[in-house]
Amino acid sequence: MKSSSIVAETFAKLQQKSRTAWQSLRDRPLILVGTATCGRAAGALEILKIIKEELEKHGLDAQVLEVGCMGHCYAEPLVTVYKPGFPPISYGYVTEGIAARLVQDFLGGDDPCLEFALAALETNDMVPALTDFPRGMIEKPIILDRCGLIDPAKIEHYIALGGYAALAGALTREPEWVLEEIKASGLRGRGGAGFPTGRKWETCRLAPGEKKYVICNADEGDPGAFMDRAILESNPHEVLEGLAIAAYAVGARQGYFYIRAEYPLAVERVKKAIEQARQAGLLGINILGSGFSFDVDVFQGSGAFVCGEETALIASMEGEPGLPRHRPPFPATAGLWGKPTVINNVKTLAYVPHIIERGAQWFRETGTAGSPGTAVFALAGKVINTGLAEVPMGTTLRELVYDVGSGIPRGKAFKAVQIGGPSGGCLPETALDMPIDFDSLSQAGAMMGSGGMVILDEDDCMVEIARFFLDFTQKESCGKCTMCHLGTKQMLEILEAITKGQGKPGDIELLLELAEDVKAGSLCGLGKTAPNPVLSTIRYFRDEYEAHIKERRCPALMCRELIAYYILPEKCERSCDACVGSCPVEAIYPNEDRIKVIDQQKCVKCASCLEACPPQYKAVIKLSPPELVAERGA
Amino acid sequence: MHLTEEEKRVALEQTGNILENYSRERGNLIPILQQVQEKLGYVPLVAMEEVARHLGIPAVDVYSVATFYNQFRLIPPGKHQIKVCMGTACHMKGGNIILDCWKRRLGIDVNQVTPDREFSLERVACVGCCTMAPVTVIDEEVHGKVTPTRVDGLLFSFGVKILKGQQKEGEAVEEQ
Repeated sequence: MKSSSIVAETFAKLQQKSRTAWQSLRDRPLILVGTATCGRAAGALEILKIIKEELEKHGLDAQVLEVGCMGHCYAEPLVTVYKPGFPPISYGYVTEGIAARLVQDFLGGDDPCLEFALAALETNDMVPALTDFPRGMIEKPIILDRCGLIDPAKIEHYIALGGYAALAGALTREPEWVLEEIKASGLRGRGGAGFPTGRKWETCRLAPGEKKYVICNADEGDPGAFMDRAILESNPHEVLEGLAIAAYAVGARQGYFYIRAEYPLAVERVKKAIEQARQAGLLGINILGSGFSFDVDVFQGSGAFVCGEETALIASMEGEPGLPRHRPPFPATAGLWGKPTVINNVKTLAYVPHIIERGAQWFRETGTAGSPGTAVFALAGKVINTGLAEVPMGTTLRELVYDVGSGIPRGKAFKAVQIGGPSGGCLPETALDMPIDFDSLSQAGAMMGSGGMVILDEDDCMVEIARFFLDFTQKESCGKCTMCHLGTKQMLEILEAITKGQGKPGDIELLLELAEDVKAGSLCGLGKTAPNPVLSTIRYFRDEYEAHIKERRCPALMCRELIAYYILPEKCERSCDACVGSCPVEAIYPNEDRIKVIDQQKCVKCASCLEACPPQYKAVIKLSPPELVAERGA
Repeated sequence: MHLTEEEKRVALEQTGNILENYSRERGNLIPILQQVQEKLGYVPLVAMEEVARHLGIPAVDVYSVATFYNQFRLIPPGKHQIKVCMGTACHMKGGNIILDCWKRRLGIDVNQVTPDREFSLERVACVGCCTMAPVTVIDEEVHGKVTPTRVDGLLFSFGVKILKGQQKEGEAVEEQ
């Protein structure tokens, strides 16, 4: 009992100090600039520079902070301004001019420049708040709650908003209590398979041996998923706290972050977070005086997709090629260096502090009975509002695509949503009203995966999508299981032939047969799920396969070998040469009437002319099969 | 690609410096190779042999690890490294078209270096900027929403002038 009062006292001091630091931020105007990788790609660093320059130029006193990602990636770069007397307002699509005006007119004057405002962060009577929009009503952020509102490089921000209270609380109780709480919460692994986290921890805790490890799996390799990156870049302490609690529950003294090589900023921010936590006494020997010691290191992945699989991840940490091993034994009993090891996904660990702090019952109130809590989805592809959204499990796809994502751009028709990356599948319009959780998705032939969600519209070819994913898994297959590395190769060759118009009758049946063999003959999840994109597209879009095979036609006008670009003479404007200039290979020339014509021999089908043709003419079209061009007499 | 004696000497010296900080445990293999690549930009054969000696493992084991993981490059990179994202979202928004543009303009294929070693071209799996698709990463700087004309513009910013129609197809011309 004595040590627990020391923990509470030490932490209270830390909390007090952090709160003071946090409060002092509110005394003067505060500008937050989102500089996670997505913000940077949109030019956030330049905006940051402009804001600082403008503040100096006008002699204004304000604090500027670099924060992470709020999930509204479509509107990057994103700037949020806190000014006393005004609600906190977020501005999207910030350009250099808008940044300068925000400083001059809002901070310098009293004009909040509402014409550029995206939304307010709190309900008020001046600007609509985020929660007033359909997206805000559906979203229920738990683990993304603080992302984009705090400086990820400052531990005191996290602590001031309640961070590390769960760890401090856990340390005053027995590890068994923590374990029971996680078990009772029904938390399932967010890495994709949905294995109950509590069961994994318990197995590891009960496994014999003194030395145990906990690993945060941040080898987020699914193309189309980027929430782990966003969380690590925006709020690394949340995950670190979760990892420390996991270590306490299973009895580990050493933890690792396994972060993929393509995320340099995440590596930097996690390393910084670890250092700060050590300085604050939240990591290292005798944490907060509790007698519990735990430390963390970062291990950088080396660009192998298969290393997201836990046994391959362990192999790579041991300095071996990342080949998966047979399970059992599971890592929870024999993992890193043969010791019991818990490996959890970034998001799984991010939920842990919230569950410990607010209780298992609270967590179960959200989501479905089988999959409690929320799910984080990364919306990308043909959807207006791309970005991250955290919604309760059981939300329908329709709500995600049309309310959170605001629908399909350019008035195109929705075709499918690819969910779960290369292990997942494509779901058609008929599946839009299905509530999504781990179980409903696998029934429909897709998978939760890591939550990557790519929305496809009428211009996307389903055969091509299947080919793309199979090409990905084929390249990433580690080569251990024959069916995975050769079976997928055979499937890929068939799909390539189909997209080139060389498909043969019977190809679809052959694909289905091979798919079953690959699933049966593979050791790890990569091979077992690799055929899913093919199976689901055949299941829901068989007619597209048949059009490719029987008519050499790509209904979505996407497969390059099966289309030709064509300029409609009746629509082409004589005085306009936009397409001629845009063509990288000089395939477009004006004929004797100054109507532009494409030289099909030279054309590389890059779509530049289609983009360049002014919308009032819309003269460039695609034709499939390409023979149609000859029919039109070009 | 042949390395000069000077390049080999530098490689050995740098690798030696890096190895001083690591104990002889197998678990250090990947971090060591990452360090070598960070210092030299690639992992040459001589460095792999040196690492193998340090860890007391066969050189072929080091080679097997270096070739298994996509991150390691065995030949010197160009001065500017161009990485074209081939993730799902980029693919759907025409990533392969952008890759073709780079190939055409630089006159090289993926995983090759231009003869003057100015540019190297790679395809990478998702860089996690799906909302900015299609994405090209040049020297760690992420460029979003890349179009074929933007490719020309980016090359122009590196001092490469594209003279349309005056060169062989796919050949980039250096500004004099």
